Amino acid sequence: MSTQPTVPPSHSRPMNFQSKAMRFNTARRAATNHFVSGLAVLATVIVLAPLAAILFYLVYKGASSLNLAFFTNVPAPVGQPGGGMANSILGSGVILLLASLMGIPVGIASGVYLAEFGRGKMLANAVRFTADVLNGVPSIVMGIAIYSLVVMPQKHFSALAGGIVLGIMMVPTVTRTTEEMLSTVPHAIREAALGLGVPKWRTVLSVSLRTASPGIITGCMLAFARVAGETAPLLFTAFGNQFWSFKLNEPIAALPLQIFVYAISPYDEWHRLAWAGSLVLIVMIMVSVTLVRIYASRGVLKGGS
Amino acid sequence: MPTEPSLTPAVFAAANPAAGESASSPIRDYLSTRSSGRFADSSFAALMLLCACSIFAIVAFIFWILTVRSHLSLVQFGWKFFSRSAWDPVSGDFGALPFIYGTLATSFLALLMAVPLALGVAVFVTELCPKPLRAPISFLTELLAAIPSVVYGLWGVFVLVPLMRDVVGPFLSKTLGWTGFFSGANFGVGLLTAGIILAIMILPIISSLTRDIMLAVPNSQREGVLALGATRWEMIRVGVLRNSRIGIVGAIMLGLGRALGETMAVTMVIGNHPNISRSLFAPANTLASVIAGEFTEATGDLYLSALIEIGLALFLVTIVVNAIARLMVWAVTRGAPVGAA
Repeated sequence: MSTQPTVPPSHSRPMNFQSKAMRFNTARRAATNHFVSGLAVLATVIVLAPLAAILFYLVYKGASSLNLAFFTNVPAPVGQPGGGMANSILGSGVILLLASLMGIPVGIASGVYLAEFGRGKMLANAVRFTADVLNGVPSIVMGIAIYSLVVMPQKHFSALAGGIVLGIMMVPTVTRTTEEMLSTVPHAIREAALGLGVPKWRTVLSVSLRTASPGIITGCMLAFARVAGETAPLLFTAFGNQFWSFKLNEPIAALPLQIFVYAISPYDEWHRLAWAGSLVLIVMIMVSVTLVRIYASRGVLKGGS
Repeated sequence: MPTEPSLTPAVFAAANPAAGESASSPIRDYLSTRSSGRFADSSFAALMLLCACSIFAIVAFIFWILTVRSHLSLVQFGWKFFSRSAWDPVSGDFGALPFIYGTLATSFLALLMAVPLALGVAVFVTELCPKPLRAPISFLTELLAAIPSVVYGLWGVFVLVPLMRDVVGPFLSKTLGWTGFFSGANFGVGLLTAGIILAIMILPIISSLTRDIMLAVPNSQREGVLALGATRWEMIRVGVLRNSRIGIVGAIMLGLGRALGETMAVTMVIGNHPNISRSLFAPANTLASVIAGEFTEATGDLYLSALIEIGLALFLVTIVVNAIARLMVWAVTRGAPVGAA
């Protein structure tokens, strides 16, 4: 016997068999639902507000001070108008290059160990865990550690010390993203190479790493962008410099440091330069992060990451 | 009856008598010249292992060098260093209590503000928001994480501090002044302002981790709860939040780890004064900001040593907080990679 429901499956009043008390309860639950949903939307708006405010102020206060002199001149002495941050931009470049040279190879190699050699081993888990914990160590602690290790014995601040700090800070991020990207490479590809008699080291370098390279480059860029804005560890290592500086063994200017110095100074002219410098810094970081996102989203292995 | 011989090796060898003995395929040749493969392989593996172990070395090195350089202060003050509130570089009397208080107070304020907002964003992004909006909102919150600390500081000094001084501060002291938390002179800089900046800075990490954790909850859970007649919020509360609470606590602790060590922005808006006051308007100092503010001016070995000891304490505390938090997050996402910080 077919038991067709006598009540049509109406969506408008599915609870019409409820008692009055239950209906009140339903109304209350629906109201709670809407209320909480509203709160979630409100939270999102509140969170995005500071972002909008910061970006607005950067453009509003910084854009007017950007001119050719900003990118070609060194800072002017107090009281003189003009001056730029060219040496800071160059110095940041030097420090970041040093950091990348140190941090990226070590980071990638550690990631290769985790993904290709250490699968399931206790040691690999320990490395992974330590990398994640190291990632959370405050940058200022890194700064005083390298100060104690490099600057104190040498008795002077140097670009090299700045590079070492930022390099160390890049290692955990690069390691973890390299591992993640390598673990998305299908095993069949490795097996194909090994089956042809290619040695394992060659397989890792030419097959696994090559296949995962878009993702790994993404990871390196993200690590780079993260340390590019670091100020605290550079206070005690690179120290900053008001002039052109190229030597690795001497204090060197850096954009975040210069922004800090200008921001806490009492001069309006310098405040304007601080805003302009921040705008340059943030545009550089955001462009690299955005490019990386776009690049990564159409990586070699679709759906891999 | 087979009409064609199948190509098994035996048949193949029988058909070509020479192949079995001296096959000269390029692959065979390549393999036979590669006697050094094993050596190269093992040394490559060793090199990778060495690099991986350098991460242990870095942590051990930081700990070792900070201990060595803070020896003077460790010997001089012992454990009481962390319970004394004196900070007098001139007479060489140092204690870290004001900075511990400042760090805890600002971090607590930051968590108080950031956690509800971060949870709201995570709930909105994973459960409520239309699909096309998901990626842009996640991306925007991650942009917040990409803004350097010093830029937050700059914005704090020139936008937030005047706002606190002229608008928010007077309002709070008028309405909530009786609690004692909002009394005294209001310069705009102080604990509350630092807490707000910190909250903005740790929001992205908490919300993106919470989002990952909530996405790891299987959909069948949601469907099951909905099938029992729950509203959407009840589904989120019972089906999602309850299942991921350990991970969410872990994410909050990771945010706390960030807040404890955040330096530049805090240094720029906290007022830099070693005092302990009930008022949230009062200028203060945190463990990180005192290092940033005084390290390069530290004259005398004991002064330097005391600052490095503060760094050592900060290092140990953040390592413990982060380790516990990571374990909690891992327990929920089962070792699955968590979104990069």
